[in-house]
Amino acid sequence: MERFDFIEIKIPAKAEYVGVIRLTLSGIANRIGFSYEDIEDLKVAVSEAITNAVNHAYTEQDDGEITIGFGVYEDRIEIMIADHGGSFNLTEIKDGTGPYRSDEPVETLREGGFGLFLIEALMDEVKINNKYGVIVLMTKYVREKEVDFDGDQISTTQ
Amino acid sequence: MNLTVNVVEENEKSILNVSGEIDIYTAPKLKETLLPLTKVEGKTVEVNLENVNYMDSTGLGVFISALKSTKEKKSKLTLINLQDRVMRIFEITGLDDVIDIKAAIRGGNE
Repeated sequence: MERFDFIEIKIPAKAEYVGVIRLTLSGIANRIGFSYEDIEDLKVAVSEAITNAVNHAYTEQDDGEITIGFGVYEDRIEIMIADHGGSFNLTEIKDGTGPYRSDEPVETLREGGFGLFLIEALMDEVKINNKYGVIVLMTKYVREKEVDFDGDQISTTQ
Repeated sequence: MNLTVNVVEENEKSILNVSGEIDIYTAPKLKETLLPLTKVEGKTVEVNLENVNYMDSTGLGVFISALKSTKEKKSKLTLINLQDRVMRIFEITGLDDVIDIKAAIRGGNE
């Protein structure tokens, strides 16, 4: 069994705590040895997942908690974000996600829906479990500095 | 983890100097200031993001609402001086195609 450290934090499902988790995450990711760019990617992905959970808690009028777990491995970080406040419609969220396409008129442009898309674009692996509340599980690997094989990381916009 | 927004009026142009982080907590503040400006008929609104070191999809949401509002009111929205990290979020989502963005800190020419 691969050894790893596990850190768990619970926050109230409130907007003001998302930045606190970003700071914590920066510290943990830095300790693992992620590059500055990768830490910035992690910050966005984690914030998106927590933002979803917070928005959900607001619409449900529920003063819930969000649990964030960090699995610290030698070559990667695994992050789990669990929103226990009931389940929302995952298909609906997935349908509303994706990059902007230039044939879409601006009037129909979504104001939300980029969150999950960004998580998938910025992390190496993403799993979403919708059985008991929503659990987002995401993984990012530490990349060796000299080997830059992140071709699948950045969706090409050319 | 904070955001400050101040507005400078320059002839017909409003310049919004934004600094800090744009996330779910701070985005409403930006929206509150930006939206009313884009609702002024024919107005040019320039958002200076030089000192914004973090932005996620909540920020995109604000700029999309602002863009929609410019289409209704024939006002104009331009984002200037974006840091690489912030620019990347627009590029990944393809929004750099619809929103007028001048990414690099500008020298003499447009």
